Amino acid sequence: MPAALVNVPAKAKRGAVIEIKTLMSHVMEPGYRHTAAGEVVPRDIITSFTCRFNGAEIFRADLFPAIAANPFLSFFTTASESGRFEFEWIGDNGFVATASAAIIVE
Amino acid sequence: MESMFDPSHISRRLLLQLAGTLAAASALPLVTVRTARATPAMLASAIRNLVGEAHVQVGKVRLDIPPLVENGNTVPMTVSVDHPMTADNCVKSIHIFNEKNPQPNIANFYLTPSAGRAQVTTRIRLADTQKVVAIAKLSDGSFWSVSVDVIVTLAACTEELP
Repeated sequence: MPAALVNVPAKAKRGAVIEIKTLMSHVMEPGYRHTAAGEVVPRDIITSFTCRFNGAEIFRADLFPAIAANPFLSFFTTASESGRFEFEWIGDNGFVATASAAIIVE
Repeated sequence: MESMFDPSHISRRLLLQLAGTLAAASALPLVTVRTARATPAMLASAIRNLVGEAHVQVGKVRLDIPPLVENGNTVPMTVSVDHPMTADNCVKSIHIFNEKNPQPNIANFYLTPSAGRAQVTTRIRLADTQKVVAIAKLSDGSFWSVSVDVIVTLAACTEELP
């Protein structure tokens, strides 16, 4: 069961630069590890993260096996108007998870 | 009884055989270790894929990673670019590479002018003591880079499962 943790300020002044923090629970199995029997553990990672604000993409990331388990991403955006942030994580084996957060801009 | 290893009786053939076996024995583990690792050449070709023929200048980009890492499985990393973020002059993307993980790529970040500040934080894995490189692409098509050396005491990625 994927669990997302998203931190967006509930309120911001118009024009302020705000920080958005996201954390997604995921093993991020890199595909280079072996079991004691010598078999390769198949890759299972999140490959893409997208953040949209009121439908428009504001930040996107391609992730590789070198991203640590439970990928954490923090980035910035300018508070221009009230609205809703939508977050989407896409990964191997059909993994899709979404989250959203609202902001009031005064 | 005469010993085969009496120096005066070592034949040329035996010596060559012995040298060959030693070379093979010492080369073998080296080869198997290297296949699981990216090389500086792979780093260079990954960067070439990104920038093409463009010249990569040093500067503007700042990469904050602890210089000495105890656990390579989770290394905090912040990349920022000292550049304005306006509609016609901004940082388009930031790309993070490494030298000795199994793959040269770590992450690509795509920004928009609305970001306000070109700064991203994440946590990465490092399989060895190595160089981490960040390259920023600006809206005018220029590339800027920085590289940081990180010492890792416990490697990530390739260990055995319990």
